[in-house]
Amino acid sequence: MSEMSMETVYTALAEGIDRHGPEKSDMFLAKVCLLLAEELGNAERSLELIEAAQMNMKEMRQPAG
Amino acid sequence: MKPAGKSRWESLYFTYPKFSAPNRAGLAKSSSVTIVGAGPIGMIAALTLARYGIACTLIDAKDSFNDGSRAICVARSSFNAFQMLDRVEPFLAKSLPYLSGRTFFRGQQILEFFMPDSAEERYRPMYNIEQQYIEQYLYDGIAETDLIDMRWQTECIHVSQNADGVTLTLRDPNGDYQIHSDWLLAADGARSAIRGMMGLRLQGQNFEGRYVIADIQMHNPVKVERFALFDPDQRPGSTVLVHQQPDNIWRIDYQISDDMDETEAMDEANIRQAVSQVLAECGYDAPWELEWWSTYSANTLLLERYRHGRVFFIGDSAHIVPIFGVRGLNNGILDGINIGWKLAYVIKGWARDALLDSYDHERRQATLDVFDKSEKSTQFMTPRTRGYSIMRDAALSLALDHEFASAFANPRNMTPYEYTDSPLTGADTTSWDDATTATPGAAAPNAIKGSGFLLDECGMHFTLLAFGSVNGLEDISTDLVKIIHLPVNGAAEACHAAEIYDAKDGAAYLLRPDQFIASRWQDAHGSTIMADINRILSGGVTPGEPHV
Ligand SMILES: Cc1cc2nc3c(=O)[nH]c(=O)nc-3n(C[C@H](O)[C@H](O)[C@H](O)COP(=O)(O)OP(=O)(O)OC[C@H]3O[C@@H](n4cnc5c(N)ncnc54)[C@H](O)[C@@H]3O)c2cc1C
Repeated sequence: MSEMSMETVYTALAEGIDRHGPEKSDMFLAKVCLLLAEELGNAERSLELIEAAQMNMKEMRQPAG
Repeated sequence: MKPAGKSRWESLYFTYPKFSAPNRAGLAKSSSVTIVGAGPIGMIAALTLARYGIACTLIDAKDSFNDGSRAICVARSSFNAFQMLDRVEPFLAKSLPYLSGRTFFRGQQILEFFMPDSAEERYRPMYNIEQQYIEQYLYDGIAETDLIDMRWQTECIHVSQNADGVTLTLRDPNGDYQIHSDWLLAADGARSAIRGMMGLRLQGQNFEGRYVIADIQMHNPVKVERFALFDPDQRPGSTVLVHQQPDNIWRIDYQISDDMDETEAMDEANIRQAVSQVLAECGYDAPWELEWWSTYSANTLLLERYRHGRVFFIGDSAHIVPIFGVRGLNNGILDGINIGWKLAYVIKGWARDALLDSYDHERRQATLDVFDKSEKSTQFMTPRTRGYSIMRDAALSLALDHEFASAFANPRNMTPYEYTDSPLTGADTTSWDDATTATPGAAAPNAIKGSGFLLDECGMHFTLLAFGSVNGLEDISTDLVKIIHLPVNGAAEACHAAEIYDAKDGAAYLLRPDQFIASRWQDAHGSTIMADINRILSGGVTPGEPHV
């Protein structure tokens, strides 16, 4: 996948999250994950990626003051 | 509970018998086996012992059967058990077999599932029948035999045991008395008094999720299926199950919302309203009458040990399993069959005491497997955490237009646990086709044979399925095994057992008395088979070796 098309996916996810708001964005992301996992057709690899996603759960801190 | 003005024993379709207390004169004060609790599991155990000629005393505090339809989904494994006990005919005549089910999300069908079935099986995967009939038909068998000393209106109020036996204090309307017994089977249900008397506690999880089960009578001739409704328009946010039973009885099963307390949910007016909503959702407009309702929770609880010396816990006294996946009764029936043959074998002197330890091992593992499987169903039907709830919603909404996602809503009903890691199960010594379900520890698959089925020919002891010509069969020097000779060129003989069992000429399968597969050999020899039977009769340890 080119950098360009990965960016398009990134944008689509960001816009999806915004569109469904805090109430439904989790469900939206869960659906995306299930669809991608189904497409991947490899449970073992899916589990590795789920594991990978749980590393370094660090976000940007709020700027102080 | 019953509608206002109706007593516990008034029913739209079932006449509860009334049993009197035993006559004191001539009551035996000792027995080889005492079974406390004549629910379905106690009765199954008593009938299994009777099959081997073992007498028992069976007591129950009540003067009739359990009230209400309770467990209604009876699996093939239970029908096989009824057949072994020579009780299957009335069940077949009354039950409604069903093979399929449909699941809806917000009124739209997202799944139609078919339970795996085959013409090679004598029984269908699932039948619906009310528990009173189950108890009635088992009891009819008990009434027919002199081997079971049935005492109604008799409560066990005290129990103690030493190395030689068990002493019970029984109370009936004529007062208290003691009996001595070599063995005790505690089949006294979810609130087991014996558990309490022995200072034992169930361990595991109690869950908040509460469900109402309500039975109505309604004449509505549609195909027998199971319906699951997620978030129906008439009852937004709830999960509902609909089952059809004999006598035009319908079971409606729904979750109580978090903000409703149990007393409120159990109020008759609320039950009627919920039922009407569900029927409207299904498009049923026939008149109906309310029969009975109750609550149920999805607990996963079990005893740490099912065997305590001479006392064995069977059925709900040993384990409480969630309603989803219909394993409560079906799993308990396999407890009763399992302890029944093993205890008979030990009492008859055919097997060592260690065989009884395998009851504990096999049936505890089976319960843990039920927990594991029903946990998945429960978390889908009524998710307990935010994570499970989000994933459930994601799957349901995907299922509206992606078939793969509807698989999450498949109830994966009861199939018997495989005793793969039981001490009684023999390890394969050669490699077999992975495709066969006939693996050591599994329930023996059936096959059409002549005008009947293979398993019809099993006796009450071990069965050897000998394919083609098996060597050294003359070395099998015991009456405890029946040999069934099977052809290897099935097509010619119209018996596909060899294909189902992946068996070539000279192969053999050893089935236990409960028709689970103990061991199998591709190049079998009578002497190996005989050694294996002796290994099993010693509880899974090679004779001569100290057992732990
Ligand atoms: C209201 C209700 C609804 C249910 N619904 C479902 C369902 O929808 N699906 C499902 O799969 N399962 C259901 N179950 C569970 C199912 O009924 C049980 O799994 C099944 O009955 C277990 O059988 P059992 O023989 O182990 O125990 P029980 O049927 O409970 O029998 C125990 C017997 O022991 C007797 N007893 C108790 N203490 C003593 C004593 N001290 N002395 C003498 N006798 C005693 C009792 O009178 C009773 O007859 C339900 C249970 C209840 C209570």
